[in-house]
Amino acid sequence: MMYEISSASLVEWSRWQFAMTAIYHYMFVPLTLGLAFLIAVMETTWVRTGKEEWLRTTKFWMKLFGINFAIGIATGLILEFQFGSNWSNYSWFVGDIFGAPLAIEGLLAFFLEATFVAVMFFGWHKVSRRFHLLSTWMVFVGANISALWILVANAWMQNPVGMEFNPLTARNEMDDFWAVLLSPTSINKFFHTVTSAYTLSACFVVGVSTWFILKKKQFEMARRSILLASVFGILSILATIFTGDTSAQDIAKTQPMKFAAMEGLNRGGRNMELTVFGVLTDKADAPTPRMKETTMTIGLPGMLSFLAYRDTDAYIPGIQDILDGYTSETGQVYPSTRQRMENGKKAINALKNYKQAVDAQDKQTAHAALGTLKAHYRDFGYGYLQSEYESIPNVPLVFYSFRIMVGLGFLFVALFVVSWWYARKRKFEKFRFIPYVAIACVPLAYVASQCGWIVAEVGRQPWVVQDLMPTSAAVTRIASHWVVTTFWMFAVLFTVLLIAELKIMFTQIKKEAQ
Amino acid sequence: MSLDILQHYWWILIALLGGILVFLLFVQGGQSLLYTIGKTPEEKDLLTNSLGRKWEFTFTTLVVFGGAFFASFPLFYSSSFGGAYIVWMLILFSFVVQAVSYEYRRKPNNFLGQRTYEIFLIINGIAAPLLIGAAVATFFTGSPFKLNEMMQVTWMTPWRGLDALFVPTNYFLAFAVFFLARTLGCLFFINTINHAGIHLRCIKQLRWNAALFVVTLLTFLGIILCSKGYGITTGGQIARIPYKYFHNLLQMPVNTFILLLGVVAVLYGIIKSLRHPQWRKGIWFTGAGSILAVFSLFILVGFNHTSFYPSTADLQSSLTIYNASSSHFTLEAMSYVSLIIPFVVAYIWYAWRALTRKPISPEELRDGGHHY
Repeated sequence: MMYEISSASLVEWSRWQFAMTAIYHYMFVPLTLGLAFLIAVMETTWVRTGKEEWLRTTKFWMKLFGINFAIGIATGLILEFQFGSNWSNYSWFVGDIFGAPLAIEGLLAFFLEATFVAVMFFGWHKVSRRFHLLSTWMVFVGANISALWILVANAWMQNPVGMEFNPLTARNEMDDFWAVLLSPTSINKFFHTVTSAYTLSACFVVGVSTWFILKKKQFEMARRSILLASVFGILSILATIFTGDTSAQDIAKTQPMKFAAMEGLNRGGRNMELTVFGVLTDKADAPTPRMKETTMTIGLPGMLSFLAYRDTDAYIPGIQDILDGYTSETGQVYPSTRQRMENGKKAINALKNYKQAVDAQDKQTAHAALGTLKAHYRDFGYGYLQSEYESIPNVPLVFYSFRIMVGLGFLFVALFVVSWWYARKRKFEKFRFIPYVAIACVPLAYVASQCGWIVAEVGRQPWVVQDLMPTSAAVTRIASHWVVTTFWMFAVLFTVLLIAELKIMFTQIKKEAQ
Repeated sequence: MSLDILQHYWWILIALLGGILVFLLFVQGGQSLLYTIGKTPEEKDLLTNSLGRKWEFTFTTLVVFGGAFFASFPLFYSSSFGGAYIVWMLILFSFVVQAVSYEYRRKPNNFLGQRTYEIFLIINGIAAPLLIGAAVATFFTGSPFKLNEMMQVTWMTPWRGLDALFVPTNYFLAFAVFFLARTLGCLFFINTINHAGIHLRCIKQLRWNAALFVVTLLTFLGIILCSKGYGITTGGQIARIPYKYFHNLLQMPVNTFILLLGVVAVLYGIIKSLRHPQWRKGIWFTGAGSILAVFSLFILVGFNHTSFYPSTADLQSSLTIYNASSSHFTLEAMSYVSLIIPFVVAYIWYAWRALTRKPISPEELRDGGHHY
């Protein structure tokens, strides 16, 4: 029952299971999103020019796309159903809003992908060139529409808008579809995620292509691929940086605790420095081990305030400020976390009283309870917290992941510029270190991608829906041994399938070189 | 539109998706026959390549079925998936291993070997129809769960859905779906593969799988029509009502007509395929009939004040299309989105036709294109 907190072991195992399946799924999705675009451009070039080498290039990358696509689908299935299986309390609490994007994703995107991916692979001699090309573009469109809807759903969890709580059904109900779809959080999340996926795909294509150059095989195909992927990569990474900046502005306003964790910021203030590099250590006098001290700092004065509010003098709250209560730069007053916990408990009790009063047909009590619930609903989720320090996420994980992601992002800018110049000028013999760097950037792109999700999802903790529902209240009540069993079942399966995928992929690349 | 109409409209869409999903289980049925019908490596390649061009439709329909339930009847989504945890996890596991098997099966250096991926396909081919059939049977026979005042589910046994296996009636629908999937699989092979040996074996398999399907389905229907069903009384309470599903048949004649039409189409496709082995169109009649029959069964269990997900542990926790649905706003918004369905069906139909206009032959597999 939602009035109680579920056992820590169950919550942790359920979180691990979701994290594990999400991490595995997101190993394959970004490549699908971006590689589909590159393949479509390659095939378009073939259809327009009639040059057979473009057809061969298209078919090679399509082969790698297919290997990656299959396992992406496999891992994605578990994710969708896990909302119900492992987070059933969550599914009811927000299903009225969260379910809609998922259903639209299936209807608009999955069928598009499933239908046209079959034509893309098997239709070469069965449909016309133009219809085949249209199918390839439709696969790209389908994959990206799919990303849109799942990211809208995710963004809503980070910044719940466009809904009202219905105490009779004990759930949040959507009252503004467009607010859910077009909230700044949704828009930022979608563009930041897909452009970062395109960046990863470009890294993949550049990395694999430079391997061919290193092996002195398939020079022309590799060169063509590098040129195309580098341009795509430069545009994508610049868009990723831009949307990363707008995402950070949004987070500063809607998820200040996550923002403080990203910076390891215990005490905030005006004219805050952006930490470019730092090492987190335990702080002896900290009220909780969750708060760390940043040492060996290299920072940019005033830059954090500027990035968040475009004003070097803007106020940024730290973790302790949020716990104590503060007034934001926009003038919004936030009470202390303890006060919010009190408010949350009042809201939860009011909901209980309201339902009992409705059952007993006691209109007066119901009216009073409803008033209390509405007054404190904003802090509803805080009522489940046992301690104010539970509201602090894992600071080191968020802090380091953020820096790795950003640092690698700037490395990719350099990579794409250099690789474009390298292929354009045919500097294959002179600068032989470039292929090694490009190949190293392939796994690094995956690291950056995963770090991005760690910042987004670990930084959001303890909330599954920001301020309204903590993870511990969202979990399905089930014996934890079942979750442990399914965790290992899928962990082993996905690991085996990942090994198979990598072996097949490497073999196909080597085969092409021969 | 009123909430009542929207709830019925969305149950119709769920029923339609359920029907299409069962039809598309021909992929699983075909997979379960991989070693029975495919005797040589070339024959197995033909079977996997024939099914491999369609497996994603089944997979996607399953995902959309889940998504549509989440959007339109979220209480079912949270109660069933969270409650019958093990059954759903086993279903998902079998689909996960299927998803990679077509692509990886014949790829060089595939780590597990071709045979392992074929066994994965067979596992999915057997487990998915049986478990989905058993899960759908609980729509009629009930499940042991309880909802609290926050509408959160507590499963009343430690078996988390495996308890469906303790109810004998569920086996009949589970096996009916399984044998139907195999029947459809045979008809699909007959339609799409140009190979004499495979054709002969399909006809042979069709005969006994179709017979077992008819027997198990009729037994299931006989049991549920004669037993007590779960209905909503005039006072709004859920109660066990004698012959509830039989009464539903009588009180919803249009639905009964659809059921009969479906049964006739299913039998026509099977019988004509057996009597005229060169006739290849059986899949379309039996497939369309399956969609109609399953659709009408969903209507039977959801409409006319019936509980579509009854609780055997606490009758008043049973789910109906009224208490389990999304809000009026969400259902209405989703209904606008659903207007795109005819367009989706149209492009699927066009692409399907384009790919299967000419049956697959051994020659096609040797032409060097993309094959599984």
